[in-house]
Amino acid sequence: MLFKIVKRSEISKEKSICIRILAVLLALITSGIFILLLDLNPLEVYWAMVQGAFGSKYRIEQTIIKAIPLIITSLGIAVAFKMKFWNIGGEGQIIMGAFAASFFALRFPDLPRPLLLSLMIIAAVVAGGLWALIPAFFKAQFDTNETIVTLMLNYIALKWITYLQYGPWRDPAAQGFPKIPNFSENAILPDLLGVHIGWVIALALVFIMYIFMNHSKLGFEIAVLGESENTARYAGVNIKKTILLALAISGGLCGLTGMIEASAVCNTLSVEVTGGVGFTAIVTTWLGALSAPIILVVSFLFAALIQAGSFIQTAFGIPAAAAQILEGMILFFVLGSEFFVRYKLTKNGGFSLNLKKEVS
Amino acid sequence: MSQDTAYIVMKNITKTFGKVIANDNVNFSVQKGEIHSLLGENGAGKSTLMNMLSGIYIPDSGSIFIRGEEVKFYSPKDSINAGIGMIHQHFKLVDTLSALENIIIGQKTGFFINKKSLENKIKEIISAFGLEVDLHKKVYDMSVGEKQNLEILKVLYRGAKILILDEPTAVLTPQETRKLFAIMRKMKEQGCAVIFISHKLNEVMEISDKITVLRKGKTVKTLNKSETNPQELTELMVGHPVDLSIKRLERQSSEVVLKVRNLRAVNEEGVEVLKGINFDLHAGEILSVAGIAGSGQKELCETIAGLYPVTSGEILFKEEDLVGKTPKEIISKGISMSFVPEDRLGMGLVAAMDIVDNILLKQYQTQKGLLLSRKPATAKAKEIIKKLDIQTPSIYHPIRDLSGGNIQKVLLGRELDTNPEVLITAYPVRGLDINTCYKIYDLLNEEKKKGVAILFIAEDLDSLIGLSDRIMVLSNGEVMGILDARKATKEEIGLMMLGEKIKETEGAYAV
Repeated sequence: MLFKIVKRSEISKEKSICIRILAVLLALITSGIFILLLDLNPLEVYWAMVQGAFGSKYRIEQTIIKAIPLIITSLGIAVAFKMKFWNIGGEGQIIMGAFAASFFALRFPDLPRPLLLSLMIIAAVVAGGLWALIPAFFKAQFDTNETIVTLMLNYIALKWITYLQYGPWRDPAAQGFPKIPNFSENAILPDLLGVHIGWVIALALVFIMYIFMNHSKLGFEIAVLGESENTARYAGVNIKKTILLALAISGGLCGLTGMIEASAVCNTLSVEVTGGVGFTAIVTTWLGALSAPIILVVSFLFAALIQAGSFIQTAFGIPAAAAQILEGMILFFVLGSEFFVRYKLTKNGGFSLNLKKEVS
Repeated sequence: MSQDTAYIVMKNITKTFGKVIANDNVNFSVQKGEIHSLLGENGAGKSTLMNMLSGIYIPDSGSIFIRGEEVKFYSPKDSINAGIGMIHQHFKLVDTLSALENIIIGQKTGFFINKKSLENKIKEIISAFGLEVDLHKKVYDMSVGEKQNLEILKVLYRGAKILILDEPTAVLTPQETRKLFAIMRKMKEQGCAVIFISHKLNEVMEISDKITVLRKGKTVKTLNKSETNPQELTELMVGHPVDLSIKRLERQSSEVVLKVRNLRAVNEEGVEVLKGINFDLHAGEILSVAGIAGSGQKELCETIAGLYPVTSGEILFKEEDLVGKTPKEIISKGISMSFVPEDRLGMGLVAAMDIVDNILLKQYQTQKGLLLSRKPATAKAKEIIKKLDIQTPSIYHPIRDLSGGNIQKVLLGRELDTNPEVLITAYPVRGLDINTCYKIYDLLNEEKKKGVAILFIAEDLDSLIGLSDRIMVLSNGEVMGILDARKATKEEIGLMMLGEKIKETEGAYAV
């Protein structure tokens, strides 16, 4: 090997920012080559991406709508991740939240709006929380692998909705089309300043979760448990209880995302209700360093990237896959830069040649 | 320096890690047939220097000569090829394989292995150096001493002429140490060069021909053993004169605070790790626990603190049974445990958190409401830093970046601050430099004076005898006896550590 990977002992703020800017530039250059291959002008495409995400009131609103589920789900996942409980079941918890909310929306469509929405929110949080409690219980009781359990529960949740969609909840008025009926007006979250009220909930949750993680007893216990179970036991933390509580909160937030998406975005329940947010949020949670304010910023930028990607599809007539490749490349470089913030390459010299001389 | 007779010469070696200069222009040379000790406190750069000799690190500048020829090592393989073998503190053996298999793996042989001829070759080495290795024994059946012998055999088989032993005696009983020294002398007779890394002065004085002292990454001096004494070596090591005697305060009270009766516990594999432990702990006394690593010390501490399940028996704190109580309830009774396991940060402290949050760890339970208040912990942090002279950039700095001694002081500072009645402290001076060790002994004595009952688990028998009132020796989960520290000898304790019971068992209750 010519190069050796060495862990950086410390890194200055300027240097780490430098590395990140460099990563974005490299991403733009590499993507530029790709865009040239599509016979388009990279600069035009980039400008269109900025325009697509922030160019008009409508587009900004669209970016915000895409950011809301990412923010709330990331906040939820961050709670579990802080405890080093790898909850990759956000997807399933969102679905179960959406399912519980839909139950009330479809069953009691004529309840007064505030009451119905409150019921839906409570049901979603409880359902998401309970869905997350399943892996938490097995982890606490039998030390099972939470990664596998949470992942598998995603598929169960997904198939459950598929079953409802094709079976008991199928809309008879949809002319044979397998869909669940739309919600009544009372079951849909109202708008505020052009965007559904989910953005207010998201902002409030950023604040609440920041306080929770940094200034509450439970948040402290979760952090200690994540660092060392032995130390947590030593300090008198009730391990099982903490795991269960943390996951109830984690899943509850994901469930809330499900309610917001079903109510405000889809206006119904369907298998597409998550839009893959449960998985995307894992990335934003990591990039957000499990910290609520950074998660807010990262999720917003990420939503902008998705919005920009869908905009250039229509503006330039490029296929969705090509737009996703662009998104993927930018993400690849940004994530890659994190590696270089932590490690550096040092030159090792052609030692294998030297060596032979010396030993012989 | 005559380079033609010197086996190894390390010249002007410098190695930095980030901003830290681990080795600064170090010069070091070893002759053929010489046992050369490398002495220095933790962080003096001993291990760094030896890791460069064994090819694990590459020096930033400076040169290494083997038999007068300059060499450059880029990997441990290069170093092994040059005849250097390092025995690390942590053994690198495959537990489920036999001794013979451990020696053979990783060796370039043909497609088939001729075990017979290999075995004969290995047996020659065994008898030449007086090693004690049963080639067909599985590693998991071996004692620490046997494993060490196997490690030595492994490097000798690979043709090592220069042996580096990194603190080899840290895990051995006095008897095993003596055997190791015999082997080292054999190596010397056979013309090998042996480098012995240690910070135990008496061992260094016993075995070495020459001693090189390192301090803060620099070579202080190389001396002939015959021309020096422990006092001088300590001064060179620390940089100023040090009083090497440990004070033992007289015990004042005879009130029994903690009574342990017939305590039994099993580990996860169902093996009994505590086999009916009995002892009394008095107010204002230091009761030491000695034993080979893994004789039940850890489990004993943890059962008292409520962290380890008890199968039967009683732990009576002022006549109240603690068995079955949660750690939280036990903490609230004033029993404090400052436990330093092998990895130091595994229990007791959170490495990624700062001093304030680590102090908060023992405070937050008593706070009211759902939210935390960091104010009292911040004040405490400042107080402890001042009182114990803790070196840290700030109280908001993750403690994993602090040195071992400072981390230990944070832990002890926090525990002592709770004004405990019983203090359980396991390996409080492990890996610390001499100054800090004595500071911690003083702290323990101060607590003793206040009437705190102290259970002190330690490995260094000298300090154990010097500091404590009584010494309880554990072997394989059993109490071998409790000795009066004023009369105990190291040999006696060593024998008991190996499983020899002393006759009068009622000594367990005697004062």
